[in-house]
Formats: sequence, structure tokens, C-alpha cells
Amino acid sequence: MQNPYLPMPVRIDEIVTETEDKMLKTFKFVFLNKEDEERFQHKAGQFAELSVPGKGEVPIGIASSPTEKGYVKFTVNKTGLVTGYMHTMKVGDIMGIRGPLGNWYPWETLEGKNVVIIGGGFAFSTLRASIVYMLANRNKFKDIHVIYGSRMPSLLLYRDELAAWEAAGDIAMHITVDGTDDPDWKYNVGFVPTITEQKAPPADADTYAIVCGPPAMIRFTQPVLDNLGYSHDNIINSLEKRMKCGIGICGRCNIGDQYVCKDGPVFTLNTLNHMAGEK
Amino acid sequence: MKVIQIDTNQWTEGLAKLEGSYRMFGPAETEGKYPEFKELEKGDVPNLNVSNTHLSAKSVVYPQSEVMFEYTLDEAKEDHHQLREIEKDYSPRAVFGIRPCDAAANLIIQRNFDSKEYRDPYWVDAFESCVFIGHACENPGATCFCTSVGFGPFNEDGLDLLLVESDNGGFLAKVITDKGAVLAKSAGWETETDAAALEPLKEAAEAKIRSKVNTDQLAKQDAKDLFDAPIWEDIGFACLNCGTCTYSCPTCWCFDIQDEVKDKSGIRMRNWDSCMYPLFTLEGSGHNPRPEKHHRIRQRFMHKLKYYVDKYQAGVQCVGCGRCVRLCPVNIDIRTVCEKMNSYKPA
Repeated sequence: MQNPYLPMPVRIDEIVTETEDKMLKTFKFVFLNKEDEERFQHKAGQFAELSVPGKGEVPIGIASSPTEKGYVKFTVNKTGLVTGYMHTMKVGDIMGIRGPLGNWYPWETLEGKNVVIIGGGFAFSTLRASIVYMLANRNKFKDIHVIYGSRMPSLLLYRDELAAWEAAGDIAMHITVDGTDDPDWKYNVGFVPTITEQKAPPADADTYAIVCGPPAMIRFTQPVLDNLGYSHDNIINSLEKRMKCGIGICGRCNIGDQYVCKDGPVFTLNTLNHMAGEK
Repeated sequence: MKVIQIDTNQWTEGLAKLEGSYRMFGPAETEGKYPEFKELEKGDVPNLNVSNTHLSAKSVVYPQSEVMFEYTLDEAKEDHHQLREIEKDYSPRAVFGIRPCDAAANLIIQRNFDSKEYRDPYWVDAFESCVFIGHACENPGATCFCTSVGFGPFNEDGLDLLLVESDNGGFLAKVITDKGAVLAKSAGWETETDAAALEPLKEAAEAKIRSKVNTDQLAKQDAKDLFDAPIWEDIGFACLNCGTCTYSCPTCWCFDIQDEVKDKSGIRMRNWDSCMYPLFTLEGSGHNPRPEKHHRIRQRFMHKLKYYVDKYQAGVQCVGCGRCVRLCPVNIDIRTVCEKMNSYKPA
């Protein structure tokens, strides 16, 4: 049996600086071994451990969709030892990936349903994977809304793609920023909860919200969704915790008897409500 | 299964014979003050005059630090920056003198390291290489409470052979598994004796355990009620977060993974970690889901006495060895905490 701690070697194929503050870079990796590429079969919402030999590992959501073949993408915020070092790495450098890990957004449940994606800041990466996946399977879903906000325009991820999705029109895009002095800004201005209140589709049994963002956004979006009548079974969250093994063994990312790395990171709000532990 | 009589000469001769076919482990003198489990030098015999080692025997299978991979950062080498698995010695190990509590603890830890989803190769391969030769506790310690958590001083779970000291200085050995039978045969221990001799010794030993803890309500308690119970600040008040309880515990399994580099050569290793430390859960953003010590002590006790109970339906994650009770510098006692959790009634 494969050693679950052994990363697959990858080469950095492309690095894109996403935001003007240069804190976020998207890394495109290609596998050194063809069999590893074939083995890495993920679903949108999963994560992987990025492994930098000599520095360590970091769990990061997979930003590319399973429908994008031949590579995997991760958007990495410059934060600690591993991500800080990654921001100094160059195209062609060799590192490793261990995964895919964790569960994913419940695509089988979401088929044939309306989906509203609510995201904020740099937690948008697995949401990008989800949007690309849904667009590649557009006829499997009913209405798709995307509410995505950041503090200012220069901090939005994937700006070219956002504009293209907006222009294409087969999903309803609601891009927003907390504030801007750009007179040419043609999208929304306002916090994500406010825009959610204005733009989210009405609640019904066939409408699901996927919410992923910073704690403050989640905290203030929740009552808005409650007011709109969203059932807690129809609200899907993706969680973060400090992780090491990524496979439910090393013991640190638990909420009660559930490990965010293995049993999550995706939980419905209803499940979370019933879990004991530090959320 | 059969019981074998081993006299003192046969014991010494048998150990010498086994050295040829097993790596030998057992309690032995260390540089520190206390005997601990370690691999024995050739000619050394396990020290079985130890009531129980300070650190548990889990380190035989699960060392405190263990190298997982190696790699080179030298770009002149073809496989630079690619982790390589390393050769490990999983030849048969004979583990002498493990107490029944520590042996049973391995089966608890096994649930974590060997699940249907993931197999931790380091732990499982090491575990499977072991023959466990237990040492029954005819004189259990004052903090022992194994009989309260489903085990006992003569418990056989996780053992291949069980040694009971006999009057003439030798042992009675109960053969529990085929692995144990093979080891006894290779040692030349083959004199069968009356198995009935063990039962009164077992009963006498069990009667010496005075400590009693109730765990019968833990499974029925609501995890959220216990989590929110107003008991944790009191329990954690004196805690120093020193981690002694977790390091000495035979059923604590948490670990950290770290890289170390010297010149261009690197290793990735894992080290025992502890939920008592704030860094255990500190996130890159600065957020810590368990910032206060009472959060961390709650995690430790909830894990052992509730989360594990709910997850596996196989009792508590505690074998009653009493080490954490004996070694805690501020007298935090898992028996008291367990009673509080077991009898808790939400307001």
C-alpha cells in the first residue's frame, strides 16, 4: 500500500501574482511522473498538502477544477515558513504534493439544484475550482449565483476570470468590494453580507449556499441567510484548522470526534451546529 | 492455551537463544534516573524489577522521534527535492516486560494508525514486527485503575505471552498467541505446567487494585453538554501545560511533522506532540481555536473519555496505568475528572 505521507514530486510550471499587495500567488504544478498525475483525481472542495523539502508542508485548497487536465493549481497566501518560502520559488523548481485530501462540496446533492456561492477574500480558491467545474457541467445545475467580495478591487483573486464569467452570463456574478475610489468600478460596493441580502436567490429546498470566507464574513452572512429562510442543511461551509498529517491521524484538527482534514473540511451548517468542540 | 514453567536458568538461556532471531526490547537502565523501554544491548537482560516504567512502552512501536523520509537539496543530483522512503528494520522484535496496560494501549492506538481509510506504515509495520511478552502485575501500584476501564493486572489483550513471577524466582508463562508459542519454542521454554495455578494469582492481584472509576455514563452523555460544562476552568486551573501526562501516556498518539536540513541533506521526521501546548493548534493567521489552558485540558480529557468513546464504541482511550496521576506536578487526576464527566448533569 502507498505510504500516505509520501508527496508526489511536481514542477512549478507557472506562477501568477494575483493581488496588488503581492501576498497571493497562484502556482500551477505539473507532475513529474505520469502515473501520479493519473492517480491525483480530486473533486472541487478538496485540499492537498504542499510539500517543500527542507521547509515542511502546508494544507491548501485546490484551486483548479478536476475538469482542468494535466496540472493542478493552488493559490497561496504568504503567511508562514512554507508559504513564505514558496513566494521566493521560481518556475521550474521541484517540490511535492500530497493528496487529494478531505471531502468535497456535495456535488451529487447539488446536481439539479440552484447554487449560490458566497466567498470572501483569499478563501475563494476552492470556490474557483467549483465554478469552473460547474461551468464545465453547466446543464447539470439550475441557477448559479456567485457573490464574491474583497476589501478593494486590487485584492480580488482571478480578476480576468471573474470578468469573463460576468461577461459570459451563464452564471449570475455579484462581485463586490468593501470600498473603492476607482471611478470606473462597475460592480457592487458593500460587504458580502449586504450584497447577499440583495442578490442571493430566494430560499427553497432546491437552493444551496456554499459559504467560504474569513470568520467575520461568515459570522455576518449567517443571519442574512437565516432571514432569507435558508435551511441549515442547505448551507455548506468549508473549514480551516492547523493540520499536519492531513489524514486524520496526527490529532490536532479535531472538532469533537471529527477531523477537519479527513471528515471535512466541508460540513453542512446543520452538522456543525451539532458538533461539540472548538469551531 | 498452555502455561509453561520457566526456571531461572532456562530464563537466562532462553534470552540468549532469542538474541539470534529477535531484536530484544525491555525495561533497562537509562542515562536518566529511571529504567525505560529500549532496545537491549547484546548480553543485556530486561530488567523486570520495575513496577512500571515512567514512560510507557509505546515507544517500542512509536518512537518519540522517527525519520520518515530523506532527500537532497543538491540540484546536481538527479532526484533533488524529491522525498525518498528510507530502509527501516522491521525484523522480529521481542518486547519483554510490557505491562498488560501498555499492551492493551497498543490496541487502542492501532485504531488510529490502522483504519480502513489509511494505514500508517511506520506504526503498523513496527507493531506487526513485535512479539509482546507481558509481565503480569502481582503488585499493582497505588494509582493503577486498569480494572475500572476494562483491563486488569493479568489482562491478555495485545499480548503474545504473559509472564507471571513464580515462587522459585522463575516464571509461569501463559501462551496467548501463535507468535508467542513460536517465541517460547525458540527460547526452549517448553515445560508445560498446570494452568489452574494462575487463576488465584490473578484474583489476588485484581483484589489489590483499590482505585475505582465509573465510566458507564460517558457514552450516554451529550458531547456538547460535556464540552460546555462549567467544570473545565476548575480542572485546568492548576495545569502548567507541561505535557507530562501526554508524553507518559501509553494511549496518546498525537505527533508533529518537521523538516531538518544539514548542508544539502534533509530529512522529514515526526515527533510526539501534545495537545497541552498552544502551538499544537495555532494557525498561520494567529487564530488559535484552543488559546487557553482550560481549552487544552478539556481537549485532552474529552478526547480520551468522550470523543474516542463516541468514535469507536470500544470504551475509553485510557488503560488505567495511572502514570498521568502519578507524574502530574500539580495533582490533576484523570480519575476525578472522569467521575465529573460521568456523573455530569446539565443544568
